[in-house]
Amino acid sequence: MAVEALGSAHRVKVAPWNDPVIRGWVFQIVVVGLVAGLAWYLVSNTIDNLNRQKIASGFDYLGREAGFEIGDSMIEYSPASTYARAIWVGILNTLRVAVLGIFLSTILGTLIGVGRLSPNWLLNKICVWYVEAFRNVPLLLWLFLFYKLISEAFPGPKQALSALWGSMFLSNRGLYFPVPMADPIHKWMGVALLIGIAGAVALHRWAKKRQEATGQPFPSILAGFGVALGVPFVVWLLGGAPHHLSWPELKGFNFEGGTVIQPEFTALLLGLVLYSSAFIAEIVRSGILALHKGQSEAAAALGLSRGQSMRLVLLPQALRVIVPPMTSQYLNITKNSSLAIAIGYPDLVASINVTINQTGQAIENILLIMAAYLSVSLSISAFMNWYNKRIALTER
Amino acid sequence: MAAMAAKAVRDLSGAPSLIELRSVNKWFGQFHVLSDINLDVKEGEKIVVCGPSGSGKSTLIRCINRLEEHQAGDIVVNGVTLSNDVKNIEAIRREVGMVFQSFNLFPHLTILDNLTLAPIWVKKMPKKDAEEIAMALLNRVRIPEQALKYPGQLSGGQQQRVAIARALCMRPKIMLFDEPTSALDPEMVKEVLDVMVELAGEGMTMICVTHEMGFARAVADRVIFMDRGEIVEQNEPEEFFAHPRNERTKLFLGQILHH
Amino acid sequence: MSDDALPGGERRQLAPPVDESGALGWMRKNLFSSWGNGITTVVLIVAVVWILSGFLDWAVFTANFTASVGSECRGGGACWALIREKYRYIFFGSFPYEQHWRPLFAVIAMLTMLVTSADRRMWNWRLLVIWGLGSFVTFLLMFGQIHIPLSLFLTIALVLGGIGMNLRKAIAEPAEMNAYRALAAIGLVGLVLRITGILPAWSLAIAPFSYVETSLWGGIPVTIILATYGLAFAFPYGVLLALGRRSNLPLIKGLCVGFIELIRGVPLISLLIMASVMLPLFLPSGTTIDKFLRAQVAVILFAGAYIAEVIRGGLQSLPKGQFEAADAMGLNYPQKTLLIILPQAIRVVIPPLINTFIGFFKDTSLVLIIGIFDFLNTANQALVDPNWAGFPGEVYLFAAFVYFIFCFSMSRYSKYLEVELNKGTRR
Repeated sequence: MAVEALGSAHRVKVAPWNDPVIRGWVFQIVVVGLVAGLAWYLVSNTIDNLNRQKIASGFDYLGREAGFEIGDSMIEYSPASTYARAIWVGILNTLRVAVLGIFLSTILGTLIGVGRLSPNWLLNKICVWYVEAFRNVPLLLWLFLFYKLISEAFPGPKQALSALWGSMFLSNRGLYFPVPMADPIHKWMGVALLIGIAGAVALHRWAKKRQEATGQPFPSILAGFGVALGVPFVVWLLGGAPHHLSWPELKGFNFEGGTVIQPEFTALLLGLVLYSSAFIAEIVRSGILALHKGQSEAAAALGLSRGQSMRLVLLPQALRVIVPPMTSQYLNITKNSSLAIAIGYPDLVASINVTINQTGQAIENILLIMAAYLSVSLSISAFMNWYNKRIALTER
Repeated sequence: MAAMAAKAVRDLSGAPSLIELRSVNKWFGQFHVLSDINLDVKEGEKIVVCGPSGSGKSTLIRCINRLEEHQAGDIVVNGVTLSNDVKNIEAIRREVGMVFQSFNLFPHLTILDNLTLAPIWVKKMPKKDAEEIAMALLNRVRIPEQALKYPGQLSGGQQQRVAIARALCMRPKIMLFDEPTSALDPEMVKEVLDVMVELAGEGMTMICVTHEMGFARAVADRVIFMDRGEIVEQNEPEEFFAHPRNERTKLFLGQILHH
Repeated sequence: MSDDALPGGERRQLAPPVDESGALGWMRKNLFSSWGNGITTVVLIVAVVWILSGFLDWAVFTANFTASVGSECRGGGACWALIREKYRYIFFGSFPYEQHWRPLFAVIAMLTMLVTSADRRMWNWRLLVIWGLGSFVTFLLMFGQIHIPLSLFLTIALVLGGIGMNLRKAIAEPAEMNAYRALAAIGLVGLVLRITGILPAWSLAIAPFSYVETSLWGGIPVTIILATYGLAFAFPYGVLLALGRRSNLPLIKGLCVGFIELIRGVPLISLLIMASVMLPLFLPSGTTIDKFLRAQVAVILFAGAYIAEVIRGGLQSLPKGQFEAADAMGLNYPQKTLLIILPQAIRVVIPPLINTFIGFFKDTSLVLIIGIFDFLNTANQALVDPNWAGFPGEVYLFAAFVYFIFCFSMSRYSKYLEVELNKGTRR
């Protein structure tokens, strides 16, 4: 039998309906077609309904006067401000409670997570029950409970509890306390703070070089704090140490002056922090447990102190396990802040809700909410991907 | 196992005792894991501890550097009595180096950083000096080219050699080995044992828990057999392997010297 | 100094020292092992005793169990009489009072469905039967009267026939294959006839009880229905999303990724508002959607995206060899996925799935924003009664306790399952 040269083999012809590539594309086109068809159906209905109900379209309403009051605002706002401004106030309020919530629940959650691993049986069990209690009850319930307790348990402004020789007042309208009156030196103190932070970073770098050269360690963290806080303090002194405070005083039905933390904000922040710290405690605990026992033993056998082995060996490894679920928990805190609407804290969702009710333009407003939250969640996802790539352990 | 020349018997009676264990007892709950241990280790002495699993041999050496706590009896290392006092424990750990079965290298640091970590932070050495010592030791274990790699990129045998170098960076007087070759693939056992034999030849005091009997024959001054928490028998290697006296020793040797 | 060898006999086992074992030893080790530990213990004991005694005083010792009007309760401890008065409303909402046994049994039916679904022995055709029967019973009890349309029967015939034809292709006898083909044909033809109007609308009416519309439903049944059917419908669609996200076809993958990230990036409240406000706009004018159904749809959409991510984790953890072995055996995509891949992937992620379900269970409390009377809302409403105003602590603590019982039991069950499921695998 003659031997055929390999090069003369030709491709076997495949019928198009059996070719997997063509099949794949046909399938995709069919699915996309179905989805597009569904979308077209929904969109045409919507346009029809909007026309029928004479609802406007477009974002022009943002320039119109809002006409509603917002109880708690970080910037200037009145009912004569535009819808755009009302929504911006909502965004700022959401950010305020989310950032504070993230910061405080990380601290509390870490403490509880570490407490969960404590050899002290009492501390251990208390932390266990804390976590179980908060994880198994809806956040909304905690919010209602705290809000009702705060607003009903505290007396009215006329019978407010006072503390610190009449400087702070606690009533069901909130916690009033004095703040420094605005003074031009404050701007300089802000600048000085930035300089102080830069100085602390430079100090840290210098201390590190010194240790490499001579082996002597330097308490750069404490010193750094000292520098960062000390420079603004010096500036304050140089500015004549202005110490005039704005005091809250009872005028009529409520207090004026000073500044206030309102019950809605307090209840929301309290509920968010206590609830989220239970989840963060579990994340921290699993991060520490994920560490191989041998790592702490090897560090101890080398003579490193507990603090040194924690800082140099254990924590860097634990953080790898902790950061991904921690960032999604931060995202949850941001999303959970939207429950504010249930207890009357004027966050973004609350502002948008009123706007929808008044303008009837549901679609544009919903798009605004989605854009706002999506930009937060997508940036957190992007950060997490970057972080994961950066700290991945180099392996074969 | 490549044949190792049988070791000549050494006279250590003049050397000082570096480690003394007197009537040491330890319990895990109700389980009596170390039972009335008495042991004297002289400077420069090399001891191999063997025995079936659960016999307490790992627990024994882990008690010496306080990775485990003993409940009764005394342990004195380099003149310092081991107790709950943190200063004592730190002083002892500075003189005792340990090599683990699972290497326990720090995966987030380079090999060089693994070695220089303790000298910089415990002995407060300048970085340059620490790196010099580290590179010298890496040369000694014959993997200087791996200095800037990460543990995850090295083979098991290389990792264990790095672990030995890391312990040696602190210039310990005593080296403890907890089954250093048990987690290694067979072809890598030799490279680690060779390093340990060289170390022994330089006069290091060593206590080694291992099943590698060829190593014991070549290097040990004494072989100790432990079973169920007790020291059952101890002797010079030749006598130990040739004429075991206790029934349990004979049983154990019969099982492991099979191949 | 060493001994040469022990005598042949056993050495006597010493007992551990007295203050190391027993109750004293335990306390020493766990509570007082060092100065820091001891001080912590003392401080904690003082704090716990102080808080507990204050709480018990309020909740038990000075509590009022018998008052009949709120004013009688003032000035004392906890007013549990409020709960005694209102518990029926809190649990069952505005459902007709004498018929409260109906939602009670509906709840029992749903809990039974949920518990048996996690049992691995049920993971085959039995699961469909359990859910079919359970749902039938649940909705019969809740609505009181249901009408099963002809088109539902026809759709079931078509689906059963289609699945049978596809999955049993190589295994079944010709007679069985013909049965499947016949079923599918009947289903398809019937549906076409029905849609074109040739076949008249007909439904099977089952009406043993009085009709109760969804606006009267409230309390625990609402919470459980939203969570259970949220999970039930979100599960298959979450599986599809997960498979689509892992697919190699770029359009499919893009659609699935986009959808999942969109849903997961926004809070549930915004989805609920969207469902209640935008759904009427999406549908032809004049069609009204039951408010309860709107909430249910929002929960399903939301749940599906989260379930998709959990299952994707399971799919990713499967060794590539499983897919390859299935391909090598000549299985097509539906067979490979349904018979080999999904059972393994889902088995692995049962505990996280249960945790996700616990999350939905708690998230159903948000439907009060759009006016649905779930358990938290009915508890809220109990506070509105002017006769009983001013006792938020009692009502909310009671509600918290009920939620806790449900969720804690579910998480314990999940831990038990984790142990059970890992018994066959090497750890």
